[in-house]
Amino acid sequence: MLKLEHINKIFNEGTPDEKVALNEINLHLAPGDFVTIIGSNGAGKSTMMNMISGALTPDYGTVSIDTTDVTRMPEYKRSQYLGRVFQDPMAGTAPSMTIEENIAIAYSRNAKRTLRRGVDRERRDFFRTSLERLHLNLENRLNAKVGLLSGGERQALSLLMATFTKPAILLLDEHTAALDPSRAELITRLTKELVEADNLTTLMVTHNMQQALDLGNRLIMMDKGQIILQIDEATKPGLTIPDLMAEFERIRGEKMNSDRALLG
Amino acid sequence: MFTALFGSVEQGIIYAIMALGVYLTFRVLDFPDLTVDGSFVTGAATAAMMIVLGYHPIIATLVAIVAGFFAGCMTGLLHTKGKINPLLSGILMMIALWSINLRIMGLTADNTIGRSNIPLLNEGTIFTQFYSFWSKVGIDDALNGMLKNMGITPVPSTWGTLLVVVIITVIIKIIVDWFLKTEVGLAIRATGDNKRMIRSFSANTDRLIILGLGISNALVAFSGALIAQYAKYADIGLGIGMIVIGLASVIIGEAIFGTKTIFSTTLAVVVGAIVYRIIYAIALRIDWLDTGDMKLITAVIVILALVIPQVLNKRKQQKSKAKRLAEKQLTKQGGQPLA
Repeated sequence: MLKLEHINKIFNEGTPDEKVALNEINLHLAPGDFVTIIGSNGAGKSTMMNMISGALTPDYGTVSIDTTDVTRMPEYKRSQYLGRVFQDPMAGTAPSMTIEENIAIAYSRNAKRTLRRGVDRERRDFFRTSLERLHLNLENRLNAKVGLLSGGERQALSLLMATFTKPAILLLDEHTAALDPSRAELITRLTKELVEADNLTTLMVTHNMQQALDLGNRLIMMDKGQIILQIDEATKPGLTIPDLMAEFERIRGEKMNSDRALLG
Repeated sequence: MFTALFGSVEQGIIYAIMALGVYLTFRVLDFPDLTVDGSFVTGAATAAMMIVLGYHPIIATLVAIVAGFFAGCMTGLLHTKGKINPLLSGILMMIALWSINLRIMGLTADNTIGRSNIPLLNEGTIFTQFYSFWSKVGIDDALNGMLKNMGITPVPSTWGTLLVVVIITVIIKIIVDWFLKTEVGLAIRATGDNKRMIRSFSANTDRLIILGLGISNALVAFSGALIAQYAKYADIGLGIGMIVIGLASVIIGEAIFGTKTIFSTTLAVVVGAIVYRIIYAIALRIDWLDTGDMKLITAVIVILALVIPQVLNKRKQQKSKAKRLAEKQLTKQGGQPLA
């Protein structure tokens, strides 16, 4: 479904600030895969997400979605295959527009936008039923401006909007990190429900190891621009945080050795 | 006094179309577009030029609208494809249009290339076309008779102009309201609200900005074409300060009516344009003010419309804060909180 091949990206190449953001990233998602990504700051998680969404283009390597090579496709065109939820709850919705208008925008993601009314009676009913899945009573506030909603409500709406047209890939970039624990839990639960309902192929970045273990069927760990650990479907159940920590220590040690071996 | 106010209402209603254009860029797209000063004259010049060359006033007006649309699209292209700052793109287009407008008006003269004004004194306009039908109806006499009975003289020469401009502006307002609720309209609004979001829903923000600026300046040019036919001349200086007048209308309207829904906001903008003209007419009737002071008056009106709501808001907040503080102290002393 999603294929990253030999992705390399260097920021500020040739300057003292040179930073290898991604180094030979290879990742393959099968349809219906739900992959969680963990890694420390600067590991390249967000850079990788931006490569997939089209906000950044790789120096080398290809990105393909559903066998289409999208490496050079501009962000707005690529978005028809991608649903995205950002870390900032303000980023995924238009605050001065109403809830139903926001959903209408999501609704016309993969169709040509025309002079048809964005929200007509038929669509409104449909939007209402969809909002009921969130259990936040938003279905009765269709004409409320989104700017008036709380962060958690906005993030839940963003999530619904991102999954509305059943995108080929769903990208979640630390989408619960800016919320308080109870709201984060709600969004995590909704994520699970919405992804399972449509069997969406999903890539989720998180700082929260427990969340990375609870959600999804696969897990990858990134460090210094590389994927250093891949946990497959068979081994992920039963994995614990101490296991991950131990793996990380082990790999890091090994990795330094292998680097030294390469240089030597 | 009555006829002066009557005239400013008529003009205000025409300028309201321009104000709706400014609303589309400043508020909806969040793009401070200064093209307006130029595209207003482009509309006036194109309509006047074509009328003088013998085209039907309606065709002349339609061409003026298209000319404004292209001017706006150019500003959009400068900003999105040329990566030029929004203000600068507008200013560049504005000064470029100055020369283009001279050329447009120059098309009516054989001996020069450019021309700085075109009189339309004896030409047929959209308004004169309507009068020929209107005078037969006899509503003017009835209404003016009523006014005379109420003791108001002198009376306006015709009510036809008012009717025409009201009909046109109401239609434009309805179209703008409708457009902002279509799928494309929603995408344009989201572009002004949250570009990152709308891009993630596969909308080409560059194209939407260009389209929005085009539509906005088409409305501005339409307003210019009507003003030229109303005032019976087009002049290169007509557009000076137009952007400030447009902004003043938007701000005054919003201050009076608020911005709850699209319908009420566009209504506020239209009324704002009329209120601005009335304030302006009243200010000009003050003895020690001269027509040369009009730009200063405009600036003062805009400044007041911007500052007064802030001051009122602050005072309101302070009052409610003081009230809450008083309640708190009362409860501390064991008393019952007030209201």
